[in-house]
Amino acid sequence: MMTRSSGISLDPWFENYAERASGLTASEVRALFAVANRPEVVSLAGGMPFVAALPFDNVSRTIQRVIENSGAAALQYGSGQGLPALREHIMAIMALEGIRAGVDDIVVTTGSQQGLDLVTKLFINPGDAVLAESPSYVGAMGVFRSYQARVEHVAMDDEGMIPQALSERIAHLRRQNVPIKFLYLIPNFHNPAGVTLSASRRLEILDIAQAEGILVLEDNPYGLLWFDQPPPHAIRSADEAGVIYLGSFSKTFAPGLRVGWVVAPHGIREKLVLASEAAILSPSSFSQMILADYFETNDWKGQITTYRGLYQERRDTMVSALATHLPNVSHTAPTGGFYLWLTLPEGLDSKEMLPRAIKELVAYTPGTAFYADGGGRGNLRLAFCYPEPDFIEEGIKRLSRVITEELELLETFGPTATDIPLGVTLDAPPPEVH
Amino acid sequence: MTSPTKVLVLSGGISHERDISLKSGRRVADGLLAHGVEVTLRDPDATLLSALVEAKPDVVWPVLHGASGEDGALRGLLDMLGLAYVGSDGEATRLAWNKPVAKTLVERAGVATPPSITLSRDAFRELGAESVLATVAEHLGLPLVVKPAFGGSAQGVSWVDSTEDLRKAMVHAFTYADSALVERRVVGVEVCVTIIDTGDGPRAIAPVEIEPLSGHYDFEARYTAGATRFFTPPRLDEHVLEALHAQATKAFAALGLRHLARVDFMVDSEGKPWFLEASTMPGLTETSSTVLALDSAGYDIGSVYAALVESAAS
Repeated sequence: MMTRSSGISLDPWFENYAERASGLTASEVRALFAVANRPEVVSLAGGMPFVAALPFDNVSRTIQRVIENSGAAALQYGSGQGLPALREHIMAIMALEGIRAGVDDIVVTTGSQQGLDLVTKLFINPGDAVLAESPSYVGAMGVFRSYQARVEHVAMDDEGMIPQALSERIAHLRRQNVPIKFLYLIPNFHNPAGVTLSASRRLEILDIAQAEGILVLEDNPYGLLWFDQPPPHAIRSADEAGVIYLGSFSKTFAPGLRVGWVVAPHGIREKLVLASEAAILSPSSFSQMILADYFETNDWKGQITTYRGLYQERRDTMVSALATHLPNVSHTAPTGGFYLWLTLPEGLDSKEMLPRAIKELVAYTPGTAFYADGGGRGNLRLAFCYPEPDFIEEGIKRLSRVITEELELLETFGPTATDIPLGVTLDAPPPEVH
Repeated sequence: MTSPTKVLVLSGGISHERDISLKSGRRVADGLLAHGVEVTLRDPDATLLSALVEAKPDVVWPVLHGASGEDGALRGLLDMLGLAYVGSDGEATRLAWNKPVAKTLVERAGVATPPSITLSRDAFRELGAESVLATVAEHLGLPLVVKPAFGGSAQGVSWVDSTEDLRKAMVHAFTYADSALVERRVVGVEVCVTIIDTGDGPRAIAPVEIEPLSGHYDFEARYTAGATRFFTPPRLDEHVLEALHAQATKAFAALGLRHLARVDFMVDSEGKPWFLEASTMPGLTETSSTVLALDSAGYDIGSVYAALVESAAS
């Protein structure tokens, strides 16, 4: 019956991709998020900061000043390490979290995501282990996968990563002779778990890392967005030689400028600058100048206070709505940041449930997005940063209906075995989703 | 150029297939624009109907996949408003959208379709999952395919090789729709036949054989360029191709379709085509088999779109 053997491929280069590109495919789950930006849908999925709360008149004047006073420089290439004037401000910001650093210790990046990429590029050979919380930031999972790292999740509880679990995981990997390159942590208002690593555990974990000779990569985009009291000082404040720190303006100002930074020990920093120049030549001069001017001429601390109040109100609304509409569902109690981590009733699957949620006009991020080992099906992440409080209330009400329906299905069919795909799945919304 | 001057392309919507619809809609709009047609692209929402009354486009093209475009409701409303549109009318669309109903109609017209059963969630609740699943597996046999009774892009579809997988497949399908089709799986060659009718009768365009590298034509295989190999014409004997043409055209007529549709078949090892489903608004993205079929048959895609618009207007 076969008469011809050649076929048409819509991507003639399909066989040529590097192994690290193997997971970059169309995703049924990711496609569902296209609905999340429709006005009928309450999206608790994306992590967009509520930038409408910024003083746009002031920002507009700032941009105008930059162009009028320094237009030629703003639109030109800049230093690969970043604008010194902005690095001065970064020093002041980090001092709020106990970090002492000089201007030369800082490397400005295109969002802290680029910092994450650069550090991973410098350290990871295929198969090297990265230790990360369980769950961990989906954007980091994507970067680690792209360098073919072996992500090893370490259990956490309401106080963050559990030191004993970390020691055990390290011992396990040592027995297997797997090189451990760094420990990736989001100590403050964790994404997605919403928990904060306690002060005592910060020191315990640092002790373990130092004893084992493991570099710590501390990612801190949310630290200044606390509600009731500031989190403990940054881990970097206790160890300048063994901790790389990633900072970001995306949450405290706006992600549209794409500016973040890395603070690293001297030897690493020099390589970071060279690697960054190789990747992007220099971070955006225009964005950096806007930020530098903004910090000089605006009440930036007042703006962060505004953000805190706004996010705290939304957190309160979400927690209260969960208590009303989903009283039997457990979740974390974030004291800052953007996210809350919900544990579904036994037997429910957050990834399987998403199409029904979309039909009910509510969106969330399935827990599977935050694991490299197929975990997270029993959890989901709810973001309270972007929707107005009324929408959050309505969203939780809809989610409650979805869970009820799923429980009925579970009652009818009983628990079903689930495939556990290895590697990172594309179960998270794209960045532009609310 | 005699095409109507104002065409409103609708894409997006709030169905599970919104993403695909947005991509299809943009490509249709580009194709029409390249042929001098004045195109407006918009997402249907609560202001759509009043906007239609106000703007009175010459032709509406609902490039909407999933419930918001393919369940017949919107097209019925366009009929009520007296607006011309590309695609099958509301009633035909509603019948084709419902996979079990479509299977029944084409079977009555003499087109073979795999044995199947349609099961609602309520049926399982009332009769008990274990006994229903056991009965289905025993009588239909394995392997099976389970699909939501409505919807496209292979969302919610599972290929089942064991009774335990069947249970999981039902749960998966029921997250997309409250009714699911369990169909005996025909092992063979998957072929899509695109049919266009620009006023001179339905024409079956170059059938396309689909060979997903993963083995199943699932969402990933459909929308990841390179993940599927296409053969046009299919690697089938001439008499099988003729049968496919005839069966596709018959299914098109049995469902009362018009303008544009894609009819999907499995061809078994004996060369017999089995109807799977018909899409009244096939995907028109870069990876869609309909676009490939038109391209392979030597059609200029934009000209075909413009001709469909003209046909709708007339």
